[in-house]
Amino acid sequence: MAQHSTDSHAHGEDHAHGSLKSYIIGFILSIILTIIPLVVVMNHMFQATATILIIMITAVLQFVVQLFFFMHVRDRTGNQPRWNVMALIFGLAIVLVVVSGSVWIMAYNGVGY
Amino acid sequence: MLEKIKDFASDFFVTGDPLIYGADVSIGLAMIAIVVGLTYFKKWGWLWRNYLTTVDHKKIGIMYILASILMLFRGGVDAIMMRTQLAFPNLEFLHPEHYNQVFTTHGVVMILFMAMPFMFGLFNIVVPLQLGARDVAYPFLNALSFWLFFLGAMLFNLSFVIGGSPDAGWLSYPPLSELQFNPGPGQNFYIWGIQISGIGSLATGINFIVTIIKMRAPGMTFMKMPMFTWSVFATCVIIIFAFPILTVTLALLFIDRFAGAHFFTLDGGGNPMMYINLIWMWGHPEVYIVILPAFGIFSEIVSVFSRKKLFGYTSMVFAMLIIAFVSFFTWAHHFFTMGSGADVNAFFALSTMLIAIPTGVKIFNWLFTMYRGRIRFDLPMLWTIGFIPCFIIGGMTGVLLSVAPADFQYHNSYFLIAHFHQVLIGGVVFGYFAGMYYWWPKMFGFKLNETLGRWAFWFWNIGFYVCFMPQYLLGLMGMTRRISTFDWDTGWGPLNVVSTMGAYLMGVAFLFQVLQIAYSIKHREVDTTGDIWDAHTLEWSIPSPAPEYNFAVVPVVDSRDPLWVEKQRRAAGKLPKNPPKPVYAPIHMPKNSSIPIIMSTFFFIAGFGFVFLWTWMAVLGLIGVAGCMIARSFQYDTDYYIPVEEIEKTEASIRGTV
Repeated sequence: MAQHSTDSHAHGEDHAHGSLKSYIIGFILSIILTIIPLVVVMNHMFQATATILIIMITAVLQFVVQLFFFMHVRDRTGNQPRWNVMALIFGLAIVLVVVSGSVWIMAYNGVGY
Repeated sequence: MLEKIKDFASDFFVTGDPLIYGADVSIGLAMIAIVVGLTYFKKWGWLWRNYLTTVDHKKIGIMYILASILMLFRGGVDAIMMRTQLAFPNLEFLHPEHYNQVFTTHGVVMILFMAMPFMFGLFNIVVPLQLGARDVAYPFLNALSFWLFFLGAMLFNLSFVIGGSPDAGWLSYPPLSELQFNPGPGQNFYIWGIQISGIGSLATGINFIVTIIKMRAPGMTFMKMPMFTWSVFATCVIIIFAFPILTVTLALLFIDRFAGAHFFTLDGGGNPMMYINLIWMWGHPEVYIVILPAFGIFSEIVSVFSRKKLFGYTSMVFAMLIIAFVSFFTWAHHFFTMGSGADVNAFFALSTMLIAIPTGVKIFNWLFTMYRGRIRFDLPMLWTIGFIPCFIIGGMTGVLLSVAPADFQYHNSYFLIAHFHQVLIGGVVFGYFAGMYYWWPKMFGFKLNETLGRWAFWFWNIGFYVCFMPQYLLGLMGMTRRISTFDWDTGWGPLNVVSTMGAYLMGVAFLFQVLQIAYSIKHREVDTTGDIWDAHTLEWSIPSPAPEYNFAVVPVVDSRDPLWVEKQRRAAGKLPKNPPKPVYAPIHMPKNSSIPIIMSTFFFIAGFGFVFLWTWMAVLGLIGVAGCMIARSFQYDTDYYIPVEEIEKTEASIRGTV
């Protein structure tokens, strides 16, 4: 139900979405980034710290891959504001608060044990 | 064979309590009455076409509010039972286990299945109309959200008669909610009821953000949006960032219970405190989710019923957005006593006190809007005026609670109980009632009876203070929450009796409201103008109830109070008395769909399977969900156009009498 009077491209137009090629590249990259930590963990290839580091790095890389190949973070309709980028930045800020806040609270909490 | 069935049934159904047998009978009779009634009056087809499969935001809104009033009744009965037990603590009206279940379901039902759907109902009814839009951005998703909420709520409520209710408190803290201490299906009902309705809440949040960003009438910039729509925007921002945290937290708890993981267990490296930390990251923003729309409602009502523009529009917007942002930085004030040290507690105490500043700004803006206004004391305004002192006291005690060292005294006492009921009833419930009375004529085309409404208002207000003021004192006397019995030598007896009387007064108030609605349906005070309150915003520029396409011609906006400005211009002779005949164009509308209700039913089946750990049933349900998604993605015929002749006919018939 797009309201055509304000923005004729607001809805239902396919031109803004990715191509089959970019979807396939994104899919292959995601699978590779999933298999790496799986192999590392299943074969006990590294020490614990190194393993955790590899899992984290591949996770963040996969997050970036998905944003660019599936989540259309580069897309923009007309000269509308970049709502998706704004939402992403705000989301990252909240994630930062959630993670660092939890670490802070729980770290001090551990002192009590 | 017969023995086996008997064994199964005595486990499956909740047995042994006369209260529950009574409920079984009344639920059964009510269901038979509904089925017989619908069949007798041949209303099945009407119900299916007009409500169960509708994607019309106005009808979805009505269904939300209806469901939420039912849930208010259920949560209210829970409250009355608890208060009865506490007035006669040694009577064993409720056994301790039963009492635990009652306070758990009271909390969950009131917050998640009463306040949230009431809020979503008002979003649905009001926001597209205030924006000058024909529907929300994703009408199909909107219907799906409603049915997910409704069947999630039904799954949760089913625990009352099947399997047993959850009993670990409304946020179900581990280790009590872990398998070790809570092996029954009650906790699973809690997890799956909330998860399923949570998907709906998240989708609604996204839906309304997109609607507000993309579907405003031409000329309506962000700073010309009505204040209620602004509050919805702020709320939806919180919803889409807070609800995923709840989903993940409950999923981790379920993995603990289902797959034997150790996220929150006492042994195996788990840490129950992590759950408390995570759940309040959703839980605190959640209370702002439900209060911000109430602030928006009050802003609309105060300006309309004072016959003035809203004082300090810009500061209102910024106050709301600041509250939305800071709400993500205050969660640890719910567990100051956890012992995270002085630094952590000081930070979260300060951020909590900070919230009081924008809230205070809003209160003063409302007072200044009323200042020198010609105030009309209709029901919506009455509730607004009842709200202000109540919310100020609640806010003040909130600031008292935010002082971390003092909180060690207040924590989990009745002082806390009184505080959050004061902001949730005095703020949220009063706000939504005000909104219901204000927009009721827009929903149904007739007004609710004024006299009965005033009786309900006074019973609610007096009952509220009689019930909760003694609880502050009880808290200071050392009474803690979630206890079902106490000795007379504690000295808590008399105040508890007073408090219980207040609860019964509020129960009477609710009956007055039910009576008011029934009476008003029978003796309709029909509104033919569409603008019964002489209001300011676009929703009142169209007939009541609005036709299915809302606006025959999309309005063009050039001010903050478009309808009011238009009426003033017309009175001043700057606009012609009778507007020229509008030129209609065919209107693009979404088609009804039965997929939302079917898909949500499959979700319900899957959830029920997970509750009893019947994997076959859960898998069956999830296959059904996937099937519905696939079916929907191959549906191409999802919309239609209303031709011009039909618009002309509809407009003539509804405006003909004006």
